[in-house]
Amino acid sequence: MEKYPGEALSSKKMKEVTHEKWNPRVKYAWSCGEAMSRFLNELKKGKLIGRKCHSCGKIYFPPAMFCKFCFKPTDEWVYLPDTGKVMTYSISYLDMHANRIEEPILVGVIDIDGASENMGIMHYFGEMSPDDLTFGMKVKAVWKPEGERTGSVTDIKYFKPLEGSE
Amino acid sequence: MRDVACVGAGMTIFSRRLKETGKEMCFEAVRMALDEAGLELKDIDTVVCGSAPDAFDGIHMKGENLLDGCGGAKKTYMRVFTGGGTGVLAPIAGWWHVASGVSDVCMVICEEKMSSCFPHPQSAFGHIWDPILERPIQPNLVWIFAMEMNRYMHVHNIKKEDIALVSVKNKGNALDHPSAQLAAKITVDDVLNSEVMAWPVQRLDISPPSDGAAALIFAAGDKVGPITDNPVWVEGVGWCIDSTMWTNRDLYFPQYVAKAAKMAYKMAGIHNPFKEIDVAEPYDPFDYKELHHMEGLLLCKKGEAANLTREGVTQRDGDLPTCPSGGLLGVGNPIAATMGVKAGEIYWQLAGKAGKRQVPDARTGVCQAWGDLMQYGSVMVMRS
Repeated sequence: MEKYPGEALSSKKMKEVTHEKWNPRVKYAWSCGEAMSRFLNELKKGKLIGRKCHSCGKIYFPPAMFCKFCFKPTDEWVYLPDTGKVMTYSISYLDMHANRIEEPILVGVIDIDGASENMGIMHYFGEMSPDDLTFGMKVKAVWKPEGERTGSVTDIKYFKPLEGSE
Repeated sequence: MRDVACVGAGMTIFSRRLKETGKEMCFEAVRMALDEAGLELKDIDTVVCGSAPDAFDGIHMKGENLLDGCGGAKKTYMRVFTGGGTGVLAPIAGWWHVASGVSDVCMVICEEKMSSCFPHPQSAFGHIWDPILERPIQPNLVWIFAMEMNRYMHVHNIKKEDIALVSVKNKGNALDHPSAQLAAKITVDDVLNSEVMAWPVQRLDISPPSDGAAALIFAAGDKVGPITDNPVWVEGVGWCIDSTMWTNRDLYFPQYVAKAAKMAYKMAGIHNPFKEIDVAEPYDPFDYKELHHMEGLLLCKKGEAANLTREGVTQRDGDLPTCPSGGLLGVGNPIAATMGVKAGEIYWQLAGKAGKRQVPDARTGVCQAWGDLMQYGSVMVMRS
């Protein structure tokens, strides 16, 4: 076959040809369930909480009401410190809509101390330069003032280097 | 289970925007596959449609919207969707339709039109995240791939220069593909000097959003004779998914791809993939992903894929030609429709119909796709 089917359009030409536009108007409200409701309420108090499975001993963070390995209900709430280590990270010059940004967002996965191995969350880093970010770095949560917390993962502003660690 | 062969393939060009509607794109790819196989729609008894997030189109019954273009009306029809993994899961679904005895000749058609969502389809990806844990952080999908790439580089001490070689190879290979969107002769320095998107991901490490469609026809062993004397047999299939909690696993190795690969190799009787596979199409939406997936496909030991690439083993004239199509990096990344450069390319290679891209003496090939939230692996082994 000489030419494969299809005709490419530039963005300029796209505006010139006939097209229809639609702005979806829908809103969503999500039920948080038992584990996430407690998790968010504890965040509002400035605390991290996980959930322990007595069958395999795993401590889930974020908490879960069932163990995906044992496939049984988890058994116990466990408070965890607001510290952890950097599992991986990125220095992003893109926001969520792929817009270019001047000041990079420092973001990564933090494995929370006291939870089982590889139990982490995605969050921002702050009070550090991009060059400071390293694998395994010890970090600590920086919380919004109590009055500004809403019961959201953003009640933690970011994670900063843990003082006294290397 | 019945023997299943691939007997025809088709694909549109891949482009940032296509004039054609999704339905028209499907028609073009299906028509091309029918023509290659010398068949008409009446010869097809089942149709599988593959397409990824509805949010790109804003049409939340996409399988039905595309139906007439797929040739599926008044036929046994279904849509499959596992994000990027659809590109190889859809042909696997075609295989199971035929292997099970449900169907004699199955059309698999994959479509993606990412340009409908503007200004950038990335905004549609904003709707894939967990609403409680992730959306408030306002993530961009590139972030998490950057985190996976960084973890992979860290654990194996792999340099960006070595990863960039994949992009150089695949964009170069794409120069020989009639559908290519981003074919180019570039250098490692071009990659390393390109705009930083989300470190360590730079612009030339990443495949583009695209519009496109691709089709494959699968026939039962005893129906192949009248269609072609050059069938390509599906000898092994595998698929596996890991937990959606991607922050709760070590990202340096895709265990789910390895599990899917083992399933496919066992079915195909392959014991030493590196020796027995003549040509491979691992999923390459990013350059590091080709390496990550070569390891997941057990084509080399963990952390060794970069060495093979540096030594030229994965070039078209190397011992293990990898992404000879030009892959997603060079041809384009219309999510589900990447079937055309994965299962489609392996079909064309093993049928000896790959033209300028032809790898000499290719008899056994493997293709793989990857998707959902860095958690899905689909693998198909084919032989001529």
